Amino acid sequence: MTAGTLFGLCAAALIGLGLFGLIVNPHPLRKILSFNVFGSGVFLLFGAIAHRGAAAGMGGDPVPQALLITGIVVAFSATALAVALLLRLFDQTGSVTLSSDVAAKAGNDTGAH
Amino acid sequence: MIEILNFGLAALILGLAVWAVVAREAPAAVVGFIVYGLLLTLVWLQLQGIDVALTEAAIGGGLTGVLLINAAVRLRSTESTARAQRPSASTRWLAAALSATVTGALAICVLALPEPAPTLAPEVLANIAVTEVGNPITAVLLAFRAMDTLLEAIVLLFALIGVWSLAPDRAWGGRPGLLQQADPNGMLDYVARVLPPIGIVAGIYIFWIGADYPGGKFQGATLLAAMWLLVMMAGLADAPPISRSWLRWLLVAGPLAFIAVGVVGAVTAGAFLSYPHGFAKTLILVIEFALMPTLTLILGLILLGAPLRGEAA
Repeated sequence: MTAGTLFGLCAAALIGLGLFGLIVNPHPLRKILSFNVFGSGVFLLFGAIAHRGAAAGMGGDPVPQALLITGIVVAFSATALAVALLLRLFDQTGSVTLSSDVAAKAGNDTGAH
Repeated sequence: MIEILNFGLAALILGLAVWAVVAREAPAAVVGFIVYGLLLTLVWLQLQGIDVALTEAAIGGGLTGVLLINAAVRLRSTESTARAQRPSASTRWLAAALSATVTGALAICVLALPEPAPTLAPEVLANIAVTEVGNPITAVLLAFRAMDTLLEAIVLLFALIGVWSLAPDRAWGGRPGLLQQADPNGMLDYVARVLPPIGIVAGIYIFWIGADYPGGKFQGATLLAAMWLLVMMAGLADAPPISRSWLRWLLVAGPLAFIAVGVVGAVTAGAFLSYPHGFAKTLILVIEFALMPTLTLILGLILLGAPLRGEAA
C-alpha cells in the first residue's frame, strides 16, 4: 500500500471520528476540538491526493499543498473566534450549555425578575 | 521498513484522535490533540509536504493547542454539567452509524481515485521561472493563487476583530490577556530571556528562505509570535492596549500593502494581483515583508484573546 492510500484511508477514519465527536460531545469546547479533528482529516485527505499528483520532480502537487497552508491558517482563525465566543458566554452566564431547554429556562428566569 | 513505520504512525494518530474525542477530561483531550498535531507533522513529511508540515506543527498543533488548553483550563468547572447532558444511546448509535457511513464512503473514494492522478505540477514548473522564486509552494501562494493568500490575511484580521469585539464594555480598548508578575529568579523568566534571541533568528530565517526552500511568512510569523507570547507570559513585557493607533496601523499594513500591489498590477499588467514583467520577485518580497509584522501581531493577539482589563492595569 502506498503512503498516499494508507494516509488517505487514515484521513477517512479521522473525518468519521471528528464527526462522531462533534455530534455526541455535549460540551462546546469538545465540539470545537472534534471539529478540529474533523478538519485535520479533511486536510490529510486532500494532502494524500496532492501526494498522488507527484510529477515534474516535485514530491506532490504544489497547488493543493499551498491551498492546505491557507486552509490550516483559516481553520485556526475560526477556532480562535469560536473559543473567544465560548469564553465570553462563560464569563457572561457562568455556563456554556448549548441545550435549548436549559437556555430557555435561564431566559424565563431573567424575564421574571 | 518504511511501510511498517507508516502503519505504526497511522495507528498512533487514530488512537490519539479517539482519545481527543472520548477522553473524560477536556485538558487531557487537548493534550492528546497536541501530540496528535505533532505526529501529523510526520505524516506530512511522509507525504512530501514539508511546507504543510511546518504549518501544521506551528499553527495546527502549536497555536491551536495553546488556545484550546487555555480554554479547557478556564472552563473546567463547566465539565460536570455538560457530562450530564450526554445524548441518549439512540442518538449516539445514530451518530456512530452516520460517521461510519461517511468514513466508508470516503474510503471507497480513496481506493477508487483515478490513475494517473491529475496534477498541476508540470504547469507550476513551466511557469515558475516567471515568478523568480525557487519554492513552488511560495510561487503558488504569492503569484498563481495570490488572491487566496490576500483573503487569508484578511480572514485572520477579521478573526482578531471578532475576538476583540467580544470584550466587555469596561475593558474595551484595554490590554488583552492576564497581567503576569515577573519572578526574577524563576525558570520561566530565565527561558524568556534566553530563548527569544534564538527563536527570533530562527523565525526570520524560516521567513527569509521561504522564497526558495520550504518555509515562509506564516511559519516564521508563528515562531516570532510564540517568542512574543513567551516574553509576555514571563511578565517581562505587557500586551499593548488594543486602542493604540500604531498597533491598529500595523495590523492593517500587511493587507493594505497586498491590495496596493494588486492595484498596481491592475494598472500596469492588466489584472488585479498580476505582476508586471520582471518585477514579480520584487513585488512578492514587498508583500512578504509587509505581511510578516502584521501576521506576527495578529497571531499573538488572537491567542491573548479579548481585552479583559483597562489600559492602566
